[in-house]
Amino acid sequence: MEFLVASAIGILTASGIYLTLRLRTFPVIIGIALLTYAVNVFLFASGRLTIGSPPVLRDGVTSYADPLPQALVLTAIVISFGMTAVIVMISLGSYLGSDDDHVDDPLDDAAATDAEDAQ
Amino acid sequence: MNHWIIAPIILPGILAPFIVLAARFHMPIQRVLSIGGVLAIMAISAGLAWQASDGTITLYQLGDWASPFGIGLVADRLSTVMVLLTSILAFFVLLFAIGSGWDEKGRHFHALYQFQLMGIIGAFLTGDLFNLFVFFEVLLIASYGLMIHSGGNERMRAGVQYVMFNLLGSTLFLFALGAIYAETGTLNMADLAQRVALIDPDATVGIRVAAVLLLLVFAIKAALVPLHFWLPSSYAEAPGPVAALFAIMTKVGAYCIIRVYTLVFPLNLEATANLHGTWLLPAALISLSVGMVGVLGAKKLDRLVAYSVIGSMGMVMVAVSKFTPDSIAAALYYMVHSTLAAGSLFLIVDLVSTSRKNLQLTPQPPIAGATMTAGLFFAAAIAMTGMPPLSGFLGKLMVLEAAFSTPYAVWSWSVVLISSFIAVVGFSRAGSMVFWKARSVEVDDETKTQSPATLSYVAVGGLLTMLVLLTVFAGPIYAYMADTSAQLFAPEAYISTVLETPGKLSPLQEGN
Repeated sequence: MEFLVASAIGILTASGIYLTLRLRTFPVIIGIALLTYAVNVFLFASGRLTIGSPPVLRDGVTSYADPLPQALVLTAIVISFGMTAVIVMISLGSYLGSDDDHVDDPLDDAAATDAEDAQ
Repeated sequence: MNHWIIAPIILPGILAPFIVLAARFHMPIQRVLSIGGVLAIMAISAGLAWQASDGTITLYQLGDWASPFGIGLVADRLSTVMVLLTSILAFFVLLFAIGSGWDEKGRHFHALYQFQLMGIIGAFLTGDLFNLFVFFEVLLIASYGLMIHSGGNERMRAGVQYVMFNLLGSTLFLFALGAIYAETGTLNMADLAQRVALIDPDATVGIRVAAVLLLLVFAIKAALVPLHFWLPSSYAEAPGPVAALFAIMTKVGAYCIIRVYTLVFPLNLEATANLHGTWLLPAALISLSVGMVGVLGAKKLDRLVAYSVIGSMGMVMVAVSKFTPDSIAAALYYMVHSTLAAGSLFLIVDLVSTSRKNLQLTPQPPIAGATMTAGLFFAAAIAMTGMPPLSGFLGKLMVLEAAFSTPYAVWSWSVVLISSFIAVVGFSRAGSMVFWKARSVEVDDETKTQSPATLSYVAVGGLLTMLVLLTVFAGPIYAYMADTSAQLFAPEAYISTVLETPGKLSPLQEGN
């Protein structure tokens, strides 16, 4: 199971990093989303992997799952969900405004200046 | 229990929704609430700073849960100084935003402003690493809104870059937290300090990875080269007052580095001993040079100021990376100085841009109110480049003096001195281009514009007055910073205050 979880985190992270290095906003956002999935699984695993153990105290149970990472993951999921929504909205606004969804600055600085002058 | 510690976090947290819900269509009411809120925060933080000034460390346990189970807020000298600095900067920047009318150019400026303050102040006060992450997110999500305030294509593009970079930073932060939790089983800073020291020297791989990841996260916030790429365009494209408020955000990164790497991973901890000298110092020196060369190379005034922020953060980190009591004191003094100087420079850039077609460093007709603005720019540039008589000079002297007896002193001295010279050249070139060459351009009378509002000048003047006060009272302030850094280098008091204060679930009460 350790191998399964570890490789899942690894593959998610690798594809996330690859996608965030792309030029356009859509792949970058997907990449960030994959990275947040990876980090959520990672946080979850930071409390050690256990199967079928309860997180809260119970009579007659000797092995427990660590409840704290679950709470941390919950917070992280909520925050990353909200942040993804924000980035989607801002990128959409930027794309609709400038008709261009490149992440990087335009190559030709002079062209941008001319556009400013024309306004 | 003293409840005042949480007041500067709760107050903006309540004011912001109130402004959105009750006062969204009434700009004057929003302004009054916002100013009142910032003034109240300033008063409370002054009280907290006074309380902490005799060396007391106050702990606030949320829900009365004992550490490490509950989340604690800790007010010591360093935290309260930073909170006070934030509130002072926020007050003058808010005056400017109102005076220049920036707050009317988009929606919800004041509400976002309050949320931003809540996040920054929370990050300074919290004693828990995961809570620090949460407050980072609060300040970031408010800053996303402020950054793209009043829109525009250029600003939206810069906003997208800014948000993406910071989302990656947050993800990295979570990876670091996961690694730390997996190694130690706690995220409370005081508890961590104890447990990290107990880690078996043969099994430090995990904690070393975690320490480096955490350093990377804070370096992103502090805009250390090579993690600075988000800063120039986002600060340059953000509205003037927002960029001025952002001047404190890079200091949040520096604060976290100082806090975590004196408390949790101190210099004498064997596992992470080489981290500071091997990585932090070269990165700081390179940021200092890149920042100041960027000042010289910038083609636009706003980019120039953004690069000077990178340079001054480099200066702060040069001092921080030595991790001696003297150098931390110098770094704290320089941090206060650099926040005020960068804030006033961004406001001045906004004053210039109101009646200039663009901020390119080319001769253009004189701006409205040029004499006053030029004078302010002159003073702020002197402060930023570290020339006498303002506090930048004193701060730089302290940094140099603290670096004198440390290894790599030659490197620190030469980079600091040469880069300062480059910055002086860059700022004087920009100043003469914007304010003096303007006289050589033909003026057609129709393009006359209104000069900026008096309140804007009051705000910039106020920040510069703070710089003058920082210079005049440099002795007492430096002594206070030296006390602060002495407190940081004797973390036992912090640890025992946090861990031994009784509360629910604390070991002392277990028998009941």
